[in-house]
Amino acid sequence: MQGTLAVFRREFAGYFATPVAAVFLVVFLLLCGVLTFNQAGFYERGQADLMPFFTWHPWLYLFLVPALAMRLWSEERRQGTIELLLTLPLATWQATLGKFLAAWAFAGIALGLTLPYWATVAWLGNPDHGVIAASYLGSLLLAGGYLAIGSFVSALTKNQVIAFVLSVLACFLLVLAGYPTVLDFFGAWAPDAIVEAVRSLSFLTHFETLSRGVVDARGIVFFVSTMVCFLIAGTATVELQKGR
Amino acid sequence: MAAGIELDRLTKRFGGFTAVDALSFAAGSGTVLGFLGPNGAGKSTTMKMVTGFLPPTGGRALVCGFDVAADPTAVRRRLGYLPEGAPLYPDMTPAGLLEFAGAARGLSRAERKRAAAAAADRVQLGPVLGQRVETLSKGFKRRVGLALAILHDPAVLVLDEPTDGLDPNQKHEVRSLIGELSADKVIVLSTHILEEVEAVCTRVVLIAAGQKRFDGTPEELAARSPWHGAVRLRIAREGSDALEGDLAKLAGVQRVEEHSVDGTRELAVFPSRGEKGHGEKGRAVLAAEVDRAVRARGLSPLELSVERGRLDDVFRELTATGSRS
Repeated sequence: MQGTLAVFRREFAGYFATPVAAVFLVVFLLLCGVLTFNQAGFYERGQADLMPFFTWHPWLYLFLVPALAMRLWSEERRQGTIELLLTLPLATWQATLGKFLAAWAFAGIALGLTLPYWATVAWLGNPDHGVIAASYLGSLLLAGGYLAIGSFVSALTKNQVIAFVLSVLACFLLVLAGYPTVLDFFGAWAPDAIVEAVRSLSFLTHFETLSRGVVDARGIVFFVSTMVCFLIAGTATVELQKGR
Repeated sequence: MAAGIELDRLTKRFGGFTAVDALSFAAGSGTVLGFLGPNGAGKSTTMKMVTGFLPPTGGRALVCGFDVAADPTAVRRRLGYLPEGAPLYPDMTPAGLLEFAGAARGLSRAERKRAAAAAADRVQLGPVLGQRVETLSKGFKRRVGLALAILHDPAVLVLDEPTDGLDPNQKHEVRSLIGELSADKVIVLSTHILEEVEAVCTRVVLIAAGQKRFDGTPEELAARSPWHGAVRLRIAREGSDALEGDLAKLAGVQRVEEHSVDGTRELAVFPSRGEKGHGEKGRAVLAAEVDRAVRARGLSPLELSVERGRLDDVFRELTATGSRS
């Protein structure tokens, strides 16, 4: 536990020791604003909810979260500091978990900085606060899912650019799995069970369920188990790759 | 062995390539073991296995009695490691790094503070503790790496090329630090600088192509040199023509070689094999006899010295066969 915490604190402070934190937060907030107000027509809709804001998250995270995750292991291997880290009396999973939690906490801070949106709709009208809270939860879980995938991919390669591109691709496929076009494609020939299976793998499906205010166990279990699976895969990959 | 390391037929293969081949040796407390070998001989790979970073393909390594493969965490608690090139997080400060390593090692806040201050003091990090690592000179980076390795006062220190790339002053500092630390520890340091072995090591293990080629003291290594115990004499050309014959007739002399150096004459007097084992005393006797022979001719030596043995010759000889460069 103490080892995980030590890694967490080092990693978390690491975001703020470089311009990474500032650049990420500014870009994230800027894009959130542009997408919500200009693209989704926040005011024009005349409804006091945050739908226009959350609709974009799967797409916004698709590029921003892999950027956050790409350095997690690639950089350690490139700098050789992985030898320093993994010869401390820590288990590899503790390092993996500490890194992941630090990145997730950072993503949480970015998301937390959008709370004024909530305040805005609350001031303008009478939003359903339960739906908004569920959406924030969904968004945080979505970021966690992307991050776990990104951290796994980062363990595969020394090259951060490759890690970024592959993470975007992997996350993109998981989002697409819930897109109507893809589901229609499967629906045309495959039995319903397969269409359902594809849909149930999708980040989009589970995120949209949560952002409609439906906090069901399936959605949460889906995201948490996705994270656990990719963190285990990431730990195994670090173990396998460190000798190369 | 309680406080020490033991390698038992330790082997590492990468695919079809054998980097470390059934390497065995053991070292106890108080030993400074110089781990020698040409580049690519398997020194770093061996060290990475001892520290538990790489899993061995075969054999085992024990640190303080704990098997590295079976209980890596117990080993890492008792071991300090300076990886090759002293990799550090560039955007952290030495103080931050020491704090992190202390926390990861499970030290309490007070212990961390005390240990960090002691380690920083030991390697004289004071002035740069709050400076980002990427702005530090190579010497300071190496010291930060050393401070991290000694932070928890480990029983075993593994240092991969601790003086590589340092200037002569920094090398001297690192070597004196190793000397100070060695009393109650096992220190394993890899190097290809032979003078370092003579300066700090009490024991030498030389490997090439992953296999052990020599295990003994630096003196024993030097004794393998044909130059070991030879007396080197430089003298003016005039009137010294017959000297070579005189020297060859001395008791215990095997042969005399002559070289011409800048208009002076250089003679090398090699003792016969049997006389070699006599150590310092035997060598001093030969030197005195050579000196007497020179003065008997009414000459005086410009330079007279006893060779301890040329390590680079021995190194080349021991690593030449089957080495891959």
